[in-house]
Amino acid sequence: MTNIAQRRGTSAQAAADPIAAMVDEHGVLTADAERAANVSDAELRDLYRLMAIARRLDQEGVNLQRQGEIGLWGPINGHEAIQIGAATAMADADWIFPYYRDFGMAIARGVDPGVALTWFRGLNHGPWDPRELRFGPGIISVGSQMPHGVGFAIGCKLDHEPIAVLTCSGEGATSTGDWHESMNFAGVFQAPVVVLCENNQWAISVPFRQQVAGHIADRAAGYGFPGLRVDGTDVLTVHAVVRAAAERARRGGGPYLVEALTYRFQPHTTSDDPTRYRDEADAAPWRAKDPLANAEARLRARGAWDDAFAEQTAQAAEEAATNMRQTLLNAPPPHPGIVFDQVYANPPDSLLREKAEFVSSLESGGAE
Amino acid sequence: MTATTVTLGKALNLALHDALASDPRVLVYGEDIGKLGGVFRITDGLQAEFGPERVFDTPLAESTIAGISVGLAIKGFRPVAEMQFDAFSYPAFNQITSNLAKYRTKTGGTCNMPVVIRIPYGGGIGAVEHHSESPESYYAHTAGLKVVSPATPADAYALLTAAIQDPDPVIFLEPKARYYQRQELTLPLPPEPLGRARIARPGSDATIIAYGPTVAVALAAAEGAAREGISLEVVDLRSLSPLDMDTLTASVRKTRRAVVVHEAPVFMGLGAEIAARLMHDLFDVLAAPIERVGSATVPYPPARVEKLFLPDADRVLEAVDRIREY
Repeated sequence: MTNIAQRRGTSAQAAADPIAAMVDEHGVLTADAERAANVSDAELRDLYRLMAIARRLDQEGVNLQRQGEIGLWGPINGHEAIQIGAATAMADADWIFPYYRDFGMAIARGVDPGVALTWFRGLNHGPWDPRELRFGPGIISVGSQMPHGVGFAIGCKLDHEPIAVLTCSGEGATSTGDWHESMNFAGVFQAPVVVLCENNQWAISVPFRQQVAGHIADRAAGYGFPGLRVDGTDVLTVHAVVRAAAERARRGGGPYLVEALTYRFQPHTTSDDPTRYRDEADAAPWRAKDPLANAEARLRARGAWDDAFAEQTAQAAEEAATNMRQTLLNAPPPHPGIVFDQVYANPPDSLLREKAEFVSSLESGGAE
Repeated sequence: MTATTVTLGKALNLALHDALASDPRVLVYGEDIGKLGGVFRITDGLQAEFGPERVFDTPLAESTIAGISVGLAIKGFRPVAEMQFDAFSYPAFNQITSNLAKYRTKTGGTCNMPVVIRIPYGGGIGAVEHHSESPESYYAHTAGLKVVSPATPADAYALLTAAIQDPDPVIFLEPKARYYQRQELTLPLPPEPLGRARIARPGSDATIIAYGPTVAVALAAAEGAAREGISLEVVDLRSLSPLDMDTLTASVRKTRRAVVVHEAPVFMGLGAEIAARLMHDLFDVLAAPIERVGSATVPYPPARVEKLFLPDADRVLEAVDRIREY
């Protein structure tokens, strides 16, 4: 198990960084910082509810794949605190550039879960308009979403708009050139961006120690801005730290890197077989830090947990799962001709002709 | 508006200038394009006039130069990014082909990508390796991109203007060996709609199809042929994707013979697509197989021997002889 205490805040800037001071040696929000963050009981319950819904929908995603209704599912189990905590930390006008596993962020941001899954049902390559919810498409080419977020953030700075951008990836992406180039651009342009790394210890079969030399949070120092390692299984910590980093970015404080540690409890995707490369016993210490259990413990400590809330939440999650399944299964298949329409805003005549030939061959029964 | 003589490079500079002046959302950036004005001086003076927020140097990282264009386009800018040389666009290949070209599709047709990636390309300047390549087939093969290459100062201005105004990503290939080619122009010229070829020289005995740096080669060949009483028509493609097949088929229907000329290797080059399409559309009309003149299937050769591999008028005329004698 990754020891957060050993890996926290080694950069010289950490001492002078008020955000770093928000967490203790375990990367968990201090009692002082929790008071200062002023997340009400009702807000904490909302975070828990979203996490519970995300977990239930994630399970439904696996079920739907097993039933042949979607082709692939990339489970988020273990990521709930990071995704819900970070997405809800961003203001409405802020932007999020997610990676493919950020389903929890998508639903926290308001993407209809059933619509989100049409992507994995093979109905489209991306079912939402990023500008509607200020939420980018889930990028599969690992790490390549980073410059999109940083570019957008540079644009916010050029427009003198107080907008913060959250760009997300797993820890595997931190090995890519795009990740490092983007970190450098973020530092050089002092872009208002929060770089979030969801370090779940596994990039398919490769464990963290074989993926990353040194430590991810420390990378930020090399690019001239602070980085912080936090406990990614505690929603309140992630929420408060990302919110502070976003506020800092909006104020012109520049980029900030948040490395949130968790564990990928499930296979990489439904196509993966982790028994070939890891011992399930390795997960045991992490299971004791389950994001849902952590959040429940926080609510209980505040006296904000009761059976009625637990029951309502479970019921809301069930309803969400039923709705997601229904929306997904009711989604009409796309007319094949639509793939021609989405390529260009101003399509060449030659493509329009190609489409016409394609559609007419479909109509004459030439292809299906 | 008086006529002035400008180089192709200056015409590009003026097009960038006028785009920056007319649209506050246009941004110009890349490596060394600020104070230096670019290694070919195409952006000379632009930062001084429009300021470092709209014309700026970036770190030396082509992938992210292309990648930030996606984010800036979503933010509502019209990015014009420069790749310093042809082969230096390869580090950006994933951003261009996986993201820039597909972003509109990936967002259900909601996010336009009005991005221009300018790339000086082609050989003949005695450069070291990676500075003389012709990458057009890579980009033309990628759906979602438009690929353009001007051959004259007038088209340099008019096509770049249109590329910047276009709502889709355009790979703008600048024939660097022709940066100093001159033409008398009355500026500003209206934008030239993308996708239209140009008859650079009318003729009747065979069609020479060229683009970018090889248009001058084709015209020189036509001049030589004319002295022997052979009339060659030269078509300047201008747009490599989409291809203006209407203009090409009209020309070859008339001449019944065609040669495609490009600097890129013949194998899998643009000539293959053009020849296949002409053969399909004009099978009954063609009097001879379509000839292709280009480089060998080798990495771009060292400067001392590059001229042996670049198309020249003699090689074009030899191809013309073959199809006339067929």
